[in-house]
Amino acid sequence: MTIGPPDAPMVTSDSPRPPVARHHRGPSAAPPPPPVPAPGPRPAFAAGPRPTAGPAAPEDEDSADQPRQLRAREIDDVASLVGSALGSLALVWVGYERVFALSGGLGFLICWYLGFLGLYAAVTALSHSRPLVIDRLMGAVVYGAAAVVGLALVTTIAFIFFKGWPALHHLNFYTQDMSGVRPTSPLTQGGILHALVGTVIEVSIAVAIALPLAIATAVYIVEVRGRLANVVRTVVEAMTALPDILAGLFIYTVLIIGFHWEKDGFAVSLSLIVTMVPVVARSAEVVLKVVPSGLREAGAALGASHWQTVRRVVLPTARSGLATSLILGIARVAGETAPLLILSGASTFFNKNPFHNPMNSLPLFIFDGVQSGEKLFVARAYGAAALLITVVLVLFALTRFLARDRETR
Amino acid sequence: MAASVDLTEPVWGPATGAGEGDQPRALDPGLPPSDRVFHGAARAVGLFVLVVIGSIGAFLGYQAIPTFRRYGLSFFTQSQWQPARNIIGISAVLVGTLEVALVALAVGFPLAFLTALFISEYAPARLRSSLVSLIDLMAAVPSIIYGLWGFFLLEPRAIYVARWMSQYLGWLPIFKVNTNPNAAAWAQSQYTASAFIAGLAVSMMVIPLACAVMRGVFAQAPLGEREAAAALGATRWHVIRVVVLPFGKRGIIGGTMLALGRALGETVAVLLIISPAFVVKLRILTVGTITVSSLIAGRFGEATSAQLSALLAAGFVLFLITLGINTVAAVFVGRSRSGSVTEI
Amino acid sequence: MSVLTRPVLPPSAEGLDEVERPIARAHLEAVRVSAWFGTNKVLERVSLSMPPAIVTALIGPSGCGKSTFLRILNRMHESISSAKMAGEVRLNGEDIYSPGRRVTETRRRIGMVFQKPNPFPAMSIAENVVAGLTFTGSKIKRSDKAELIERCLRRGGLWNEVKDRLDQPGGALSGGQQQRLCIARSLAVNPDVLLMDEPCSALDPTSTRYIEQTIGELAPDMTIVIVTHNMQQAARVSQQCAFFLAENGTPGGIVEAGPTQQLFHHPSDPRTSDYVNGRFG
Repeated sequence: MTIGPPDAPMVTSDSPRPPVARHHRGPSAAPPPPPVPAPGPRPAFAAGPRPTAGPAAPEDEDSADQPRQLRAREIDDVASLVGSALGSLALVWVGYERVFALSGGLGFLICWYLGFLGLYAAVTALSHSRPLVIDRLMGAVVYGAAAVVGLALVTTIAFIFFKGWPALHHLNFYTQDMSGVRPTSPLTQGGILHALVGTVIEVSIAVAIALPLAIATAVYIVEVRGRLANVVRTVVEAMTALPDILAGLFIYTVLIIGFHWEKDGFAVSLSLIVTMVPVVARSAEVVLKVVPSGLREAGAALGASHWQTVRRVVLPTARSGLATSLILGIARVAGETAPLLILSGASTFFNKNPFHNPMNSLPLFIFDGVQSGEKLFVARAYGAAALLITVVLVLFALTRFLARDRETR
Repeated sequence: MAASVDLTEPVWGPATGAGEGDQPRALDPGLPPSDRVFHGAARAVGLFVLVVIGSIGAFLGYQAIPTFRRYGLSFFTQSQWQPARNIIGISAVLVGTLEVALVALAVGFPLAFLTALFISEYAPARLRSSLVSLIDLMAAVPSIIYGLWGFFLLEPRAIYVARWMSQYLGWLPIFKVNTNPNAAAWAQSQYTASAFIAGLAVSMMVIPLACAVMRGVFAQAPLGEREAAAALGATRWHVIRVVVLPFGKRGIIGGTMLALGRALGETVAVLLIISPAFVVKLRILTVGTITVSSLIAGRFGEATSAQLSALLAAGFVLFLITLGINTVAAVFVGRSRSGSVTEI
Repeated sequence: MSVLTRPVLPPSAEGLDEVERPIARAHLEAVRVSAWFGTNKVLERVSLSMPPAIVTALIGPSGCGKSTFLRILNRMHESISSAKMAGEVRLNGEDIYSPGRRVTETRRRIGMVFQKPNPFPAMSIAENVVAGLTFTGSKIKRSDKAELIERCLRRGGLWNEVKDRLDQPGGALSGGQQQRLCIARSLAVNPDVLLMDEPCSALDPTSTRYIEQTIGELAPDMTIVIVTHNMQQAARVSQQCAFFLAENGTPGGIVEAGPTQQLFHHPSDPRTSDYVNGRFG
């Protein structure tokens, strides 16, 4: 389909264009035409035979048109980037220890990066305008910051697994507890089963109680509403600010000191509940609010009672979002250490009963282990830390899986 | 055969009845019994949660009263914590808490801000959701893990940076250290266990939180304005500066304040790293500091009931501070142009 | 005469000196432009010549690629990550897509006004007008700046309404005023071509009339390409028209193009005649 001046060349599709260029130099070389007051048409196709309007001419069909490569990095971009990086590296290499008498790997990296930024800006400024210099410089800064954060995360996880590996690859690590095993015993003896079970039991009890409470509270705030509901919402939101150590201290003071309970797994669960309910309730509230009100109206227009609408329309729609909130809440409390420091005892034996005798748990085990100074105990602690991260990662992957499920449905 | 319509009768009439005011009717939706039960049950649960959860704050305050009554205002001015000698005060503790949090923020805010920009503006679109997941993952990692990282991996290397800072920036009082950093055998131990190192570890917890909030806000910057700027020839940074940042201003502030609240309450990482020192000092690079949470975690074990009350009082003060900050943060994020849909 | 065809004096075109008016000399040409979103082809080898001092209207039903074609003309199409294009767009004979040409420079020379007015709310009216200068790094003296703002607002037909409140935020105007502000903003960088993507579709009839007047005023100074759904508008403002169509899932393209009067009164393609007579669309 071509419309154009009849003398326009048949430009074949985008394969090598003829080096002889350009026909439409445009009137820029000619004396400028006077401003046209009336819209006298000067169409570029008045004279000559009318070109056909319709499908493309037959020879066009054979030459398939291919998309152009538009965002290819140009040699200038790549060269200035790589050149600045290498140049800075060279400069810092020479100057770091000898000229400036600095030391430490971390400092070297920082100096190299700063040098790179300076060179990059200077090189760009040589041939480009100021907005482009700033754009490139900020791009380098942003990428650098993201790299730092990514690096921190990766080194954290790698470090833990690296130090925990000696303990992790023994099967007894997962199947035995530490009763009767001294901290200095070799890694083929003993394990963290008691801590693992402790974490599982404590978190399960906490979830079993906190989840219904939190969801029901969220439903109350979003669906039933009212002045009291607003007060509840304000208080719940305020309590998400409670530092977790204070939750532990609260339970300790009330139950252990006040009611003379013993320090057992259930007390820990209670402190986890105190932390969990506001967090899960608040995020469930957001999830429920996002359900389009059109759906609720549709339910009401069909004659459903409020409860039926909530039960059959709102909650199922929000199901995966609620699951996400729950799992994130679990991931958060599974790793909480602070209340454990107050409410748990670092026992060594396997204890299934949350109401009698202290239970150990993963975070507490880790905390005690790394501070002990005993090499093997430390290794076990790192192994426990690796296990804890794995648990969190698994929970997390589950969250993403559920969230994706919603989108595909 | 359709029913016949009588077209001779007027189908409508003008609003007549001058002087007849029309009043709205009282309407009764007539809730079915199942809804009465539903509302009642929901209300009961809400009330229960309100009472239990809300009473925690009240309880903490109540338990703190004996301490305030006993020590009065000196509770806030005294820096020593020696319960055996009846000297208790949280001035050093509060200062330490603030120092650690501010270091965490000073390091964490730029990183969180730039990473949020990276994810929402610079990263390729297909990677975006993975990067968002990665940031959420970073938030989910338990704080004890970051404590381990900070203490065992970061500290040995960060003390060199601390030494450099005291060498070249030591003319600023906060960076001064009481040993000679230029000595050939410099006192490494003087740079460990400081508010600075603890702040670095806490920043790891703060970054994903602030980053997630900021990124959520940046992503909502209106496409129309972005296109307008692009069509005028703006570079990517221009679009950010002119469209995204003004739009996200309140979200940036809100996210930062949330991060501050979190940093103030962090316990385990601080506990692992610092060595307690009950001194009000501004020199963050020097060994020794103390925060409220680490104080409570460290001291509750041997606390008598009076000392427990003191710890509760300290905790209550911390709670009030974090509560205030979180409330202001929520207001900022809620009132921003991106509205209250952003989760925090 | 209906209210839509009654001639109305442009709101503030008076006061413009002949000397200040730039002279149109940019010839924009699309040569066998194809476009894809991912693997979905949306434009099939479109060629069109858009001469200077002429308003070219792109008409056709929704979804046939008019806006995509327009966005290819100033390299906005590629800002979508799955977007691809083939062919050339030549400004005075030089392909704007050739490697080595900066996108930002192209967009300064080929400006765009969007369907939904989008002034920058964080800036005042005056700041909005000169926002484009900041982007291209042009330096301008303060005295010249005030003059430029006035000139652009006059050309955009907004000066008389806002001259007393240049410091108010750009978002605090009515829809039609906002759109004229956006036009003034585009003019400040002195583009050779102005692309307009359904600029009046979100506006009331009075504002539409004002903007059409503005287009008429601007036309002799530059090349204007306007996408419009409204055939009567195309008949009012343009000198040449291109009719786009995408049939049954095939990629869109130009069915017929030519002088406006000819396209409307003596179209050569039956589909064109069906469309302009309202039998579909």
